[in-house]
Formats: sequence, C-alpha cells, structure tokens
Amino acid sequence: MTTAAVVKPSKPWQASPRQRLNSALVYIAAIMTSYLIVAITPMKGKLAYAFVFFAAFIVFDFALNLFSRGFPVAKDAIARAVVAAGICVAVFPILSIIATVIIRGYHGLHIGLFTHDMALNSVTDPVKQGGLLHALTGTAILVLVALIISVPLGILTAIYMTEIRGRFMKPIKFLVQAMSGVPSIVAGLFILSAVVYPITKGYSGFVGSLALSILMIPTVARTSEEVLLLIPNDLREAGVALGGTHWRTVAMVVVPAAKSGLVTAMILGVARIAGETAPILLLTGGGDKVNGDPFHGPMGSLPFYIWKSYSVGTPESITRAWAAILVLLVIVLVLFVSARLLSERRSSK
Amino acid sequence: MSQALLSAAEGAVPAKREITTKPRFSDRVFRAVVSGGALSSLIILGLIFFFLAFQGYSVLRSQGIHFITSSNWQVVQDTAGNVDPKHTQFGIAAMLIGTFLCSLIAIIVAVPVSVLAALFLNFYAPPVLKKIMVAVVDLMAAFPSILFGLWGFFVLMPSAEYWAKLLHHFLGFIPIFKVDPPIFTRSPFVAGLVLAVMIIPIITSVSREVFSQTPLDRIQAAYALGATRWSMIRAVVLPYGRSGVVGGAMLGLGRALGETVAVYTVLNIVYQVNWHVLLGAGGNVASMILLKFGEAGPQEIKALMAAGLVLFLLTLLVNLGADLVVRRSGGKGR
Repeated sequence: MTTAAVVKPSKPWQASPRQRLNSALVYIAAIMTSYLIVAITPMKGKLAYAFVFFAAFIVFDFALNLFSRGFPVAKDAIARAVVAAGICVAVFPILSIIATVIIRGYHGLHIGLFTHDMALNSVTDPVKQGGLLHALTGTAILVLVALIISVPLGILTAIYMTEIRGRFMKPIKFLVQAMSGVPSIVAGLFILSAVVYPITKGYSGFVGSLALSILMIPTVARTSEEVLLLIPNDLREAGVALGGTHWRTVAMVVVPAAKSGLVTAMILGVARIAGETAPILLLTGGGDKVNGDPFHGPMGSLPFYIWKSYSVGTPESITRAWAAILVLLVIVLVLFVSARLLSERRSSK
Repeated sequence: MSQALLSAAEGAVPAKREITTKPRFSDRVFRAVVSGGALSSLIILGLIFFFLAFQGYSVLRSQGIHFITSSNWQVVQDTAGNVDPKHTQFGIAAMLIGTFLCSLIAIIVAVPVSVLAALFLNFYAPPVLKKIMVAVVDLMAAFPSILFGLWGFFVLMPSAEYWAKLLHHFLGFIPIFKVDPPIFTRSPFVAGLVLAVMIIPIITSVSREVFSQTPLDRIQAAYALGATRWSMIRAVVLPYGRSGVVGGAMLGLGRALGETVAVYTVLNIVYQVNWHVLLGAGGNVASMILLKFGEAGPQEIKALMAAGLVLFLLTLLVNLGADLVVRRSGGKGR
C-alpha cells in the first residue's frame, strides 16, 4: 500500500523568496543612492533625501520589473510607487500636526488649566498661572445651545429626505449641500447683521451659538440622512402593516432603530463646530471669566483663547495657545473616536 | 364552507369599511412639521442673502461695479469725523484676486495628491491599512481650521520658505515666480499649501467614494483581458470617476475660497493686487473681513457686509457647479 504524498497547496500568487529579496534590494539600493547623491551634490535637507529616494526607487523598481517581467509590469510598478507617494503626502501633514501639537502643547499642561480661569491673569503671565476653565465652560455652553437649535432641524431635514421624500427633495438636498459650503465668516456676518445690530446690540454666547448652528445643521442633516437610508425598508413596511400611521412608524420604528447613528451625527456635528473660530471672534466677545449665562455678557471659548494667546505673541502666550490647542485636539479626537465606535457597533449588528 | 358561513352571516354584514388613502390628522401634522424643518435650510440661506444684501445695499449702490473691479479701500472723513461719501472708496478686487490665487494653488497641489491617495485606498491598500487610513483622513477633515493655521505658521512656513526659494531659484524667469523685494515668508504660496492640506481630506473622501462605485464587472473584465492594475485604473476607474473627482475638487475649492482663520494666520495681508505667488503679500476676502472688522466704523462695516455677500454668492456658485458635476458622475468608461 502506497501512501499518497500530501501535496502542499502551492500559492503561485505569493511572492517567491527571490522576488522578496529583489524588492528588498531595490529599497536598499534606493536608500544608498539617496545618501550618496545628497552627499556628493550640493542638494541638502530632508526634502532632497525624500526626493532622491523616490526617484531612485522608481528607476530601480522599473529596471527590475522591466528585465524580469516586461514593460507593462514595469509601467504598473511606476504607478504603484507614485500612488503610494500620494498617500504618504496626504497623510504626512496630519502626523506632523498631531506630533507638533503634542510636543509644543505638553509644556503648557497643568492641573490648574481645568480649575482656574483667566480673570486674574493675563496671557503673558507665567504658564502655570490661570487656566482654561472659562474657555472650557464657554465652549461647552456654545456647543450645547447650538446642539439644541440644530439637532431638531437637521434630523427633521433628514427625515424629510428619507421618510417623506416629498416634492422638494432634490432642491433641499442641494440647499443642504450649499449650506455646508457657507464660509464660517459669512455665518458670523449674517448673525451680526440679522441679530446683533438690530436686536441684542451686544456680544453674548447665544448669538455665537446661532452662527455655529448654521454650520452644524448641514453636517447633522447629511449624516442623519445617510444613517436613515441604511434602515432596511422591511422595518418601515412592518410598521405600516401593523397598522401604524406614518407618524407612528417613523417615531416608534425608524428613529429608534437609527438611534445610535443619529447620536453619531450629533457627535460629528459637535466636532465640526467645537474649534470653529471666525464667527466666535466676531460674535462672542471672549471674556476671561467663567460666564454661565449664554444670553448676557461676553463668553470665552477655546478657539477665542487660542486666537488671543497666539496674537499676543510672547513665548508664554504661545505656549498657552499650544496647550489650549492640545486640549481642543483631544476633545475633537475623543468625539471622533466615539462616533466611529458607535457607528462600528451599529454596522456589526 | 365559506359559502355557508357567508350566507349565514348575510343578515349581519357590517357596513363596508371605507378604504381611504387620505392621511390622518396626525400624519398631516407630522408632514407639515417635517417639511417645515426641512425648509429651514432654504429659509436660512434666504435670510443670509437678504440681511447681507440689506446691510451692504448702500455701499453696493454707491460703488456699483467698482466694488469688485477696483482695489481702493479708503474711508475718507471730513474734519468733523463724518464719513465723506464722495471720496470714500470700497473695492475688493485685490482681495478677490488673492482669494482665487490661494485657492488655485491649493487645488493644483491637492487634487493630484488626493486622487492618488484615493486610488491607493481603493485599489492598493491592504484592508487593515485601508481602514486605518480612511479613519485618519476623515479625522483630518474634522480638525478645526485654527489648528491648520498655527501648524502652517510654526511648522510648515520654514520648510515652505525653503521650497519657495528653490522655486524662485530654478523657475524665477517665469513672471509669477518673481519675488521683489525678497520676502518669502507669509506668501500666497504658503497660504495655498495650508489650504491644500485642509482640502486634501475632502477631495480624497469624495474621490474614494466615487472610485469605489466603479462597477465590479468592468474591473474584472479588464483584469480578465490581461490588464495590469494600472491599465485597469486608466481604462475603467478614471473615466468612470472623472466627473466625481471634478465635483470633489469644486467642493474643496468652495472650502478654500471661504477659509478665514488659517489664511489670516499664515498670510501677510497687504491691500494690493499681487500676482507673484512667492512674494509675502496678499490676502483673501474672508481674512480681510476679519482684519478690518476690528477697527471698522459703521460705513465700513456695511462695506464688509457687502464683501461677505460677494463671498457668499461665490461659494454658492461653486457649490452649485459641484452639485451639477457630481450628479452627472458615473460615466461610461472605455
């Protein structure tokens, strides 16, 4: 009796050791070439290294593929390298931004940031004095009021687009799109001309929130619309088949099913406006004291504090600006990650 | 059997139920409320137009077409401190040109990078890397603009100044790269780069979306005919997604046109027409509004409102264009 030899399945699409060696050699050759060329020519700096490495890599990779597999594959290899360079250029700034903010903002962090405001300090004082309390509470109030205004309007728009699908669906889709393109400074000017000059005649947090809601509504509306479109039609049909009216079907079946998605939409809306600066500069007045009343008096906020500290321009104030940006960045990151987690949980269900 | 049942119950047939398609009262209220909410975007946009036009009307009428064709911005006061309407001039041509210059640089830099990045994410990246990268790019779209501004000022500027000098050194014979006097910091070039970084995530995510809708059968047909990945992309994906990419670029352009704080931080705002992209002087309408707002008198504020109106209409127009292009997207391919 002969035992059949167990044939190991071959994987012809996988790179052979020889091919791996070759591509590793291409990398090494490109790195060495870039060092060599930068050393012997007057070019210098990180840009020169990156550029020469990229050029050398393309040349070597092209040559290798040309000799081993022919011209079309070599052309494909060039395209692969260029596309990879594209994603590197696109992602590099974000890494640089995050690294910069952490490195520069780290020095300005201290526990007093969350317990003190700047009522008794100016931004040029030593970094350990004063804090961000007024800015944090201010931003929280601004965002909260903007949420109260824009979430109902945004979700109603989304429900119109997905549940009612009325005559004005296309124009409204365009208008929401156009609204998301309104420059933030124009939103600020509008509130200035429509509310501040004729009615309130002074700075307050509330008018700032009004401007922020203009920027927030489109984000909430578009994200909610996407979420509601994901709700399977079976649910709506089941609701109607059970004798529910349109209103009950939407309110008791569709919206609860999309709950976590709608929360995601709100979070993304908050992330959109938390750092919005231009309308805040025009409208809120930016006080240095904790102000819990959105309707009266100037209200501080993180963007305003960053702007003010940056404009003063002393080393202390710039450290303060970076510390505040670090706090703002952490807030945006937390909001963004929680929105992601929520929507992931939804899609895995 | 049912016959028997029917005949047995014949005497007591209830009145025929009315079948109606008329919505109930609650549904009518529901529809009215939702439609009202949905019209909020129309109302808000209409109000923005109305109030800015209302405030800026007097300036627009006294300046006429010169408001967008002349570059003089001076408020002349008589001895009593009143604004002299005869000699006061408001013209935003310099800032409009600056706006277009910065946005154009941003588009030129951002579109190729974004398209390549979108291609990488859709057709080259392994799934895990793709997931991370998509999250990173989306996160970048949520960053506040002041962050880009400060990063541009403190981190990008020194590098960009060096790149600008390189450009000037090798391409200085082209008129737009002329720099005189040699001030390389805070130029429209740097502002354009910062704007490019800001709009790359937008264009990337729109392009990625469009590319991912390429019909799978066409992709597989191209591979079956022996195409390499690149020739597949050129023959199928790019023709299919072209108009979507243009639409994404216009969305990015809309954002770049209206950007205020980031431009204000990196750009040296000088009120003059400047075509030399590497020279440290320029401006854009949005940042000019912010700059002049602080010390503006009542008449000047009205002029700023009019400038805001121009900016609003401009972004509206660009968005309309983007909408039309994206809606047409999904071409035939080869």
